[in-house]
Amino acid sequence: MKKKFMIFLVAAVSVLALTACGKSNEGGTVAVYNWGEYIDPETLEMFEEETGIRVIYDEYETNELMYPKVAAGATKYDVICPSDYMVEKMIKEDLLREIDFNNVPNAKTNIGAQYWEQSRQFDPENKYSVPYCWGTVGILYNKTMVDEPVDSWNILWDEKYSGQILMQDSVRDIFMVALRKNGYSMNSLNEEELNVAKNDLIAQKPLVQAYVIDEVRDKMIGNEAALGVIYSGEAIFTQRENPDLEYVIPKEGTNVWIDNWVIPKNAENPENAEKFIDFMCRPDIALMNFDYITYSTPNDAAKELIEDDDIRNSNIAFPDLSKYQLETFSYLGPDGDELYNNLYKEIKSAE
Amino acid sequence: MTGKILRKIYIALIVIFMYAPIVTLVVLSFNSSKSRAKWGGFTFKWYINLFDNASIMAALRNTLLIALLSAIISTVIGTAACLAINAMKKKGRTIWMGITNIPMLNAEIVTGISLMLIFIILGVKFGFMTILVAHITFNIPYVILSVMPRMKTLNPSTYEAALDLGASNSYAFFKVVLPDIMPGVISGFLMAFTMSIDDFVITHFTKGAGVDTLSTKIYSEVRKGIKPEIYALSTIIFITILVLLFLVNRTPKKVDEAKTV
Amino acid sequence: MSKNKTKLMLGLPYYFWSAAFVILPLFMVVYYGITDKNGALTFNNIASIAKPEHIKSLWLAIELSIVSTVICFLMAYPLAMILVKYGKGRSSVLVMLFILPMWMNFLLRTMAWQTLLENNGVINAILKFLRLPLIHIINTPGAIVFGMVYNFLPFMVLPLYNSLAKIDENVINAARDLGANNVQTFFKITLPLTIPGIMSGITMVFVPALTTFVISNLLGGAKILLIGNVIEQEFSQTNNWHLGSGLSLVLMIFIVISMIISAIFDKDGEGSLL
Repeated sequence: MKKKFMIFLVAAVSVLALTACGKSNEGGTVAVYNWGEYIDPETLEMFEEETGIRVIYDEYETNELMYPKVAAGATKYDVICPSDYMVEKMIKEDLLREIDFNNVPNAKTNIGAQYWEQSRQFDPENKYSVPYCWGTVGILYNKTMVDEPVDSWNILWDEKYSGQILMQDSVRDIFMVALRKNGYSMNSLNEEELNVAKNDLIAQKPLVQAYVIDEVRDKMIGNEAALGVIYSGEAIFTQRENPDLEYVIPKEGTNVWIDNWVIPKNAENPENAEKFIDFMCRPDIALMNFDYITYSTPNDAAKELIEDDDIRNSNIAFPDLSKYQLETFSYLGPDGDELYNNLYKEIKSAE
Repeated sequence: MTGKILRKIYIALIVIFMYAPIVTLVVLSFNSSKSRAKWGGFTFKWYINLFDNASIMAALRNTLLIALLSAIISTVIGTAACLAINAMKKKGRTIWMGITNIPMLNAEIVTGISLMLIFIILGVKFGFMTILVAHITFNIPYVILSVMPRMKTLNPSTYEAALDLGASNSYAFFKVVLPDIMPGVISGFLMAFTMSIDDFVITHFTKGAGVDTLSTKIYSEVRKGIKPEIYALSTIIFITILVLLFLVNRTPKKVDEAKTV
Repeated sequence: MSKNKTKLMLGLPYYFWSAAFVILPLFMVVYYGITDKNGALTFNNIASIAKPEHIKSLWLAIELSIVSTVICFLMAYPLAMILVKYGKGRSSVLVMLFILPMWMNFLLRTMAWQTLLENNGVINAILKFLRLPLIHIINTPGAIVFGMVYNFLPFMVLPLYNSLAKIDENVINAARDLGANNVQTFFKITLPLTIPGIMSGITMVFVPALTTFVISNLLGGAKILLIGNVIEQEFSQTNNWHLGSGLSLVLMIFIVISMIISAIFDKDGEGSLL
């Protein structure tokens, strides 16, 4: 036993010694909390090299999963990347810090005017947020498994595709689909409308294979499902891996969203945070990120640098928004949030 | 005779059940396609990439460091506690053994959340230390529960005799008591180490920015498609343990070892 | 007396640790559980377990964990008996065989089952090759039971193995000499003697199964809501700690019940969990 113990101890310690790394951080640190797979890791390394600031990097899956962590204040992040309605909520709850745009020169020069305009919906004075990525939500389908043309959310209720449908496991996104399907606003607080949406989603549940977030990508690539609700940015990536996949924006309309860099009020290194945001707005860096994550970039200067004409003119990466019925999420207030959450729980616990 | 064959078949079936997912992971570690759902041919590249992947290496280091430190600290605290609990009257002993059982029987999720709440109230910064404290907390009971039975079989008169012969308290402890309870202490340590490495739920609630263990790293990656480097790493860990066990088991061992798993 | 006192003093770090990180945190859960957002006393959080979506998730969790516990027991008992029979020397290697998988990360092991059980997964590929009917188990309660049995089986095997190994062979032989057959010996002697092991095995499987949220997330496709998922979501998504704590208190009632049960069967107060 003793010998076993010693061998074991020696092994553990030697692995520790092997993995020990001596990274210095003379420039301080910046703690970044971003969506999963939402940045080219190489850009982080470049940032570290150029500034000497060490990046502490964490990831989340949905706005709802990010919010409690930041609100509780136990973990202090310097930069986070919430979507529109979450930025609005955090501004209202006084969780964000004004950005000093003098320290972020790249933001105003490179990011297109229309995106700043769009941001005013949730950040009326453009004081707290810098657009990072934007896109729509639509249906990704497998051409070999779906015969008819896909142009409506209704296909997600078609019993032919029972067990072949993937829905988003995120309260606002899933209600958006059901609300728009019935022609309602995705920011509805009308209980009747929400009940219709809820009952639709309960009726749909037996047809749904799984409620997923980022897994939708793996499953669609692996031909595990025929139809999936997905963010437009994943479409290019998944098509690269599986050419049978096609992305559409349903005719009933969808969500056009913007994810933004913001600095939480309790950030410990706000100056480093501003340096980080500025770095991310540099055209070459924005282009690297676009190439890596394939989400539409609001960085006009970076878009100019895209060499592949097919991608620059791609209807998925840079769609002509005027062709679709689009809407953006807005913050619904604490009571609205609770209402949605309770309805969602009812759907989840339904048979 | 048929009984013997049936027994062998039964064990074989359960071994297949236990090892099917592990074989799957090992196979995936050689899959050149990034997607779990597609076989893209045989490759070694994940094993090479693994060592360049700073975040996985950092998670590995945190996992081992936390497991080692929490196992050492909880072994010391737990063994000392056993001496104390053993010296108590029946009532005190029942109460403290009851408290010891709380983290064992309590839902992991409740333990994790309750620790998170206390850390927030205390205003502690979430990070390495909070994970370590949490791991020590759920490890101590494993140490106590494996040392305690050894303590029971201890003959108190040997310790008394040592004291009568002029040994100091600590000398008597290290020379007389400790060797007797050592198997329990070691198995408690190993149990604590294992539990710490495998824990996800409690770490999930007590971790802070940028500090990941392998478990939390994997959980955050499960959804978006796990990096194949992780499969490579777990294959390496698994094979290392296998080799260590093989080395150990080749040496002759005492009969009572089976009891102190 | 003073010798005894020094010994009692040795427990100080443990007393402190338990008070600060076991007892106090539990009081925090109680505090959040019986207050609302404004800090006023309320029992709504606890009472909300009666809401249909909560009570459904609780019953489903109880149902699935009972099924898993029974399956674990039925699988583990014969296994433990075989392991004991193989004799001490070799069985320690065999027992190790059942601990070894625990060194592969728990999440990875569970996720590997996803790969195996999926509709286009490994098992179905094999079944297809053998021209057998395919299984559609992923994202159903069946898959969750599968995951629970897989993850918690060792917790049932070990206490059973330990309590079976403790049985004095003379007792068994005596029963045989007195004319008892195999079945009688098993039900009259072996089974009753291993009740402490059975009880701790049952609590070791039932409690984690009842409270899991990870297994249901990974193998249930987020379509199946267990009480553990509800509590986890209250803390990490909807950010209602009061409701989450209230529901945790309800869960704790089950834990207290199992503590009482195991205390009844574990008269020595030493805990035969290991």
